[in-house]
Amino acid sequence: MTDILQVRNLVKRFESGGGFLGGKKTIVRAVNDVSFSVARGQSLGLVGESGCGKSTVARTLLRLVEPDEGSIVFDGQDLRQASASQMRALRQRIQIVFQDPYASLNPRRTVRQTLSEPLVVHGLGSAREIEAKVQSTIQEVGLPLSALDRYPHEFSGGQRQRIGIARALVLDPELIVADEPVSALDVSVQAQILQLLDRLKRERGLSFVFVSHDLGVIRHFCDTVCVMYLGRIIEQGPTQQVLDAPLHPYSRILRDSSPVPDPGARIALSRIVGEIPAPTNLPSGCTFHPRCSRAQDDCHRQIPLLTCETSKDRSVACFYPLAAEGVERTPEAIMQ
Amino acid sequence: MWQALCKNRLSWLGIGLLLLIVLAAVFAPWLAPHDPLSQNIAYRLEPPSAEFWLGTDSYGRDVLSRLIYGARVSLLVGFVAILIAMCIGSALGILAGYVGGVVDQLIMGLVDVLLSFPTLLLGLMVAAMLGASLENLIIAIAITEIAPFVRVARAPTIALKQRDFVEAGRALGYGPFRLMGVHILPNMISDVVVLGSLWMASAIRTEASLSFIGLGVPPPAATWGSMIREGFENILDAWWLTVFPSIAILLTVLALNLLGDALRDAIDPKLRSERS
Amino acid sequence: MNTQDTVLELRNLRTEFRVGGAWHAAVRDVSLAVGKNETLAVVGESGSGKSVTALSVLRLLPEAGARHGGGEILLEGRDLAPIPEKQMAALRGDAIAMIFQEPMTSLNPTMTVGDQIAEAIRQHRHLSWREARALALEALEEVKIPAAASRFGDYPHQFSGGMRQRVMIAMALACKPKVLLADEPTTALDVTIQAQILSLLSELKEAHGMAVVFITHNLGVVAQIADRVAVMYAGEVVETADVKTLFERPTHPYTEALLRAMPRVDLDTAVLEPIPGSVPAITAMPRGCAYASRCPLRETRCEEQAPALEAVSQDHQVRCVVRVESNKRHI
Repeated sequence: MTDILQVRNLVKRFESGGGFLGGKKTIVRAVNDVSFSVARGQSLGLVGESGCGKSTVARTLLRLVEPDEGSIVFDGQDLRQASASQMRALRQRIQIVFQDPYASLNPRRTVRQTLSEPLVVHGLGSAREIEAKVQSTIQEVGLPLSALDRYPHEFSGGQRQRIGIARALVLDPELIVADEPVSALDVSVQAQILQLLDRLKRERGLSFVFVSHDLGVIRHFCDTVCVMYLGRIIEQGPTQQVLDAPLHPYSRILRDSSPVPDPGARIALSRIVGEIPAPTNLPSGCTFHPRCSRAQDDCHRQIPLLTCETSKDRSVACFYPLAAEGVERTPEAIMQ
Repeated sequence: MWQALCKNRLSWLGIGLLLLIVLAAVFAPWLAPHDPLSQNIAYRLEPPSAEFWLGTDSYGRDVLSRLIYGARVSLLVGFVAILIAMCIGSALGILAGYVGGVVDQLIMGLVDVLLSFPTLLLGLMVAAMLGASLENLIIAIAITEIAPFVRVARAPTIALKQRDFVEAGRALGYGPFRLMGVHILPNMISDVVVLGSLWMASAIRTEASLSFIGLGVPPPAATWGSMIREGFENILDAWWLTVFPSIAILLTVLALNLLGDALRDAIDPKLRSERS
Repeated sequence: MNTQDTVLELRNLRTEFRVGGAWHAAVRDVSLAVGKNETLAVVGESGSGKSVTALSVLRLLPEAGARHGGGEILLEGRDLAPIPEKQMAALRGDAIAMIFQEPMTSLNPTMTVGDQIAEAIRQHRHLSWREARALALEALEEVKIPAAASRFGDYPHQFSGGMRQRVMIAMALACKPKVLLADEPTTALDVTIQAQILSLLSELKEAHGMAVVFITHNLGVVAQIADRVAVMYAGEVVETADVKTLFERPTHPYTEALLRAMPRVDLDTAVLEPIPGSVPAITAMPRGCAYASRCPLRETRCEEQAPALEAVSQDHQVRCVVRVESNKRHI
């Protein structure tokens, strides 16, 4: 199966300060040498905490933010090299769903206008064909036709998120970048939206790049996961394996901190130490070493690269990864 | 929004006054008891009487009729000038906010230059260069009011540019003009219009001032500013020549201010919640 | 639970809001109790009324537009609902303290953190600034802010989210309150920081013997920190139990549905079951059970009469006629 998306050595820097009165100029590497691949019909999760760069990566995939270095190859085409007209055509094939349902829709446009606009702009059909497409898409996301004539403020958060998804679908994309699409929703609504995304993935054969901070959601939705820390991917692999037997100490801490609805499994919280350092003042070598209980001498001298470990599809960026010890929780039976 | 507007009593006063003035201007030919331009030396400088309700000026013309016709000029000039300034100013402001960079700096530089002139002086310069006529007066006043609109349009544009739905538009391949015109503009236009109504009062004051100086619509046309000017020479003897046009200007500006305040309160949700 | 230990008790609390000219209840019938050295988790989604409940206890709701609609708020046996505002103000921050979700907006950006804590202390104790500052420094150290002495004079924006939340906790605990109300204090934090804050709260609760009411929408967090749990839906408590019982034997259909809708990091949840429908608006509460329209166990009597909270076993209460009945049958 060929990969629909291949990202290689992506770098994005932000500058702050500098200039006449701004003080010292500091450069923040929000995304620092990130590489991953997404196979067709698969969903890849990007997970991490504040400052890890996952949202920036998501935006570079659509060139909403221009990366400084690296390549983004979509179906064989390098997005960074694409001309304006090529990019326009490519935009029909990659779309984005945002986090905040209250900010992602233009409050002055009806749902019909919001959904038909992409089709009009790309000249995809006559007025009648566009209307038909809009109607079928709104129903596909589980909303009635009457929703088309209403304004965003008349809908709840979950419904607005459905409209946002419909807008992303109306151009029939192949890859959807979802930036925390359920984080702002209640649990019951979150389940509705995840169910919708599951169905769309199956029926349309969509591929996903799914950004989230919630490991439970990632485990449910994503086939593979990349764990990010301060701009780098520090572990990568099939979701189930990474979460059941993490190799990187940070992945393990992240998993262990994620609360689980089981009072018998209370986190041994004392093991978690320290705060995420400011991105302008990164530790030398492995950026995680000050918080790592397993840090050795060379951890602060060199930056570990993402290397393949035990199996072909798992990789970790650590000189002393957790090996068999990482296997603390054996995979439970599939919960139906 | 309309509900909030209706609840505000002062806004009723403002709307009522404004409506009165507008109707007077529109129906001037029917309302004015005399021809504003007909001169009758026999009746010059008469105080208010049964026949001439607000008296006559130094040419024997009826002050009331001239006042009513004068409303036409003031309202026309004020409205059209602000409309022009709003269109040009908003367009420049949105462009500056959206494109940023050099374009932004250029436009804001221009704005700074315009704003460093006192309004009246600017109007004076333009009117003096172009010559006194109704059209030139409108242009001069429009130019004085452009700069504030640019500023007022730029700030919300910068904020809206970051909003997810604008980013979504970019992701969907919409061009900058579509994003500016269809997505950003409608979401900030109400604030601009409210300020426009407030600044119309300023435009009318500027018009009166320019007419007073003599750079407005040339005589014998009746405008409030020129009426005050003409009355100035006889200010001690014939008080009605200056007082009534001044009251007219005051009432119009007051009406617009009340309306503008009420509109702003109605639109601004923060103020609205304090009211409940 | 031993009633002598009960520090805070709510009995049939009702709080109403004015919507469109008429008064509607956002909190319709809430009864709970928290004891010393106990954490009661109040869990619910948006529209459940959980935050309004906490604000009602402290009487922090806006005067125009909100009112106490009935019921009692008992702090160590004393009803707070009818007492004058002056006495209430003396209790706030002293006997009962509250921490909120967004530490950035809850802290004054123009005052140093040290001074803010000292100010809170001086509000309730007759101490000089020097004495108050000394106590404030102790409070900062107690919440484990590294190098507290040097950070005493820093401003809120110089702290990270997790640190700011610690400052807020220090402020709340400065006067050694008997009850701490925590309204989603970790929702806006990263998951590793959340774990640290939860651990800190647990230690402080033990050290001070406080009663903690922890409001959240996250059942995972509930499992981590709660001793007892109250599940809220549409302004009412629909189930209360100790934490083990709630997760082992969730009895109210809503509690079950919430657990089935939650994806987990430790198990594969191939199928998430969403709850169809939505919470009724406070202006349109149905006559019978508020959850009936979404409930798979719904019967006709559920829609006709509003169920009461009844015990299904010791210390386990449920507001559901169908479940209570089937439970009786099995005994």
